[in-house]
Amino acid sequence: MFTLLRDLRRLRRDLDLPRPERGRSLAIRHVDAGSCNGCEHELTLAVGPHYDLQRFGLGIVASPRHADVLLVTGTVTTRMHDALLVAYHAMPEPRRVVALGNCALGIGTLGTPDALIGPVSDVLPVDLIIPGCPPTPERIADALLKLIDGHLPPNESTNEAPNERAPLGS
Amino acid sequence: MSSPTAAAFRTDIETALAQGWRARSLYAADGGRVVRVLLTGPDNQTRLESVVPDGEGSVPSIVDLAPAMGWDEREAHDLYGVGFAGHEPLRPLLDHAAPLESWTVPVRGHDPYQVAVGPIHAGVIESGHFRFHVVGDKILHLDARLFYKHRGLERAAEGSPAASALNVITRACAGCMVANSVAFATAAEQTLGLGATSGLARARTFLLEIERVWNHLNDIAAVCAGVGMAAGNTYFLGLTERARRLNMNVAGHRFLFGTVAIGRSDLVLDADALRSCARELAEINAAVEVGWRELAFNASFQDRLDAIGIIDAPTIHRLGIVGPPARAAGVVDDIRTTSPYPNYASFVPVTPSTAAGDVRARLEQRVLELRQSFDLLDTLLDSGPVMPAVAVADADRQPIGVGLVESSRGATSCVVESAGDAVSRVRLRTGSYANWPAVAHAAAGNLLPDFPLINKSFELCYACADR
Repeated sequence: MFTLLRDLRRLRRDLDLPRPERGRSLAIRHVDAGSCNGCEHELTLAVGPHYDLQRFGLGIVASPRHADVLLVTGTVTTRMHDALLVAYHAMPEPRRVVALGNCALGIGTLGTPDALIGPVSDVLPVDLIIPGCPPTPERIADALLKLIDGHLPPNESTNEAPNERAPLGS
Repeated sequence: MSSPTAAAFRTDIETALAQGWRARSLYAADGGRVVRVLLTGPDNQTRLESVVPDGEGSVPSIVDLAPAMGWDEREAHDLYGVGFAGHEPLRPLLDHAAPLESWTVPVRGHDPYQVAVGPIHAGVIESGHFRFHVVGDKILHLDARLFYKHRGLERAAEGSPAASALNVITRACAGCMVANSVAFATAAEQTLGLGATSGLARARTFLLEIERVWNHLNDIAAVCAGVGMAAGNTYFLGLTERARRLNMNVAGHRFLFGTVAIGRSDLVLDADALRSCARELAEINAAVEVGWRELAFNASFQDRLDAIGIIDAPTIHRLGIVGPPARAAGVVDDIRTTSPYPNYASFVPVTPSTAAGDVRARLEQRVLELRQSFDLLDTLLDSGPVMPAVAVADADRQPIGVGLVESSRGATSCVVESAGDAVSRVRLRTGSYANWPAVAHAAAGNLLPDFPLINKSFELCYACADR
């Protein structure tokens, strides 16, 4: 264990990642709406030792109830549509939606029409897009930092989702 | 490839299974007007048995002969409306509109209740639903409902030439992209009368093995996460990042997207690239040994691994489980042993010293296989530059081609049927698809808090299974 921690400390020293300027935070809830798992693999590494998003106060949380940001990957499938909406409606306001990866943006969508709803923007109001197939951890980290710094166009529609419907079970 | 009567179909399969063949894949083709079974022999020679549905759209089920085909039959029913006489109850698999009672197994006893998890999981994890039947913390039974990520990729690939179809199939799964693409390309090349040259085989072997390396590193990190051991998880995630950067440096993409093509390879590794690649792999290899030793001497980590999530050899054989979970239970089964690729000529699969089929054995299996992959890559990189290569037209065109590949998660088969210049049917059956039923079996009898660890010890893709 001590060797691992020593090696990790050495890795961090070599990387010399810049420290954040100020203390702020955003809690992110990830939802896979139909990805190839590439975006998930890269997002996992964005919180890994080489990028370490946590140092900016960006953390992945286990429940939409704890989240400020819904980070959606994949073209929304017919089978994930309802679950995605339930997660969105479970979030406290204000809330932001990030579409991660080309599939989530409807770029080069692959699949049959009856299995897919479409890009995330067909289902939820998207505040930030992160293109790429998949976007690299670096790009994910850069984009999310913009979100935490508030460099976003004002979005009036965050409280109202098009295609809105009552959550399951209500 | 005859179309025997329903009775002969079953008899043929029964005879083949008795002779040591195994059922690898079952699918409906031609819009549900025919059902085919892919069988592989002791040396992984392939053969297809077909049967035409009767007037009511039904064929005899073979699930009693080959339980591994259970999901395949349910899929063919849900997607193509084929009935399987004798498969009772034929539970929905992709039909998510079906009521809960229809796809779960009734569990009765003293105070059992259900715990529903997913499709959205508490982390950066793919989507899928688990329904645990538990008493207290003890899991009595698990029904897994996947296919939330079903994108209809096979159907989207159909109707276009092999090269365009590959672009669709290749995105089924980022983690097993090379394995799935090589399986598809091999099958498609058979339909086109093409055979791999040694140069093409060498390039593909390199890609398959560096894909295995980053996946196994990722999977060891995942087991550490399943225990809640942040240091081990972070350490192996760091190595995964290094392996993905290596992918980027040698092949231009962190997941090797775009490196597999029909009938050719454009991969170039000159003398400098070979040296730097070999050096980086040697450093990752050494770091794996350091990490593995640290994990071995960490008592609180080790205490979690023994005798949980056991899946024994008879169950492996019965359910047709493949890849690391099979080998971790002592079942020596690896497509690489019968691969025509020269770099696999002397390949002998390894199994852990105690092949108990538990979480510990599956973790150790990853490390043993990593060492083998590092050795294979070392030899491969030591034998001269990798240059662009093409397949040769050395055979007749075939109506149906079959590709078999050992991915990091197990045997993957791809059947490609062609009509003229277009692909008329693709069936991709990945190691993850074969192994998901094993997760449910391994979970039964264990404690609910151990499930994440058991699940991570398989670390199967949802994308690969759902397609």
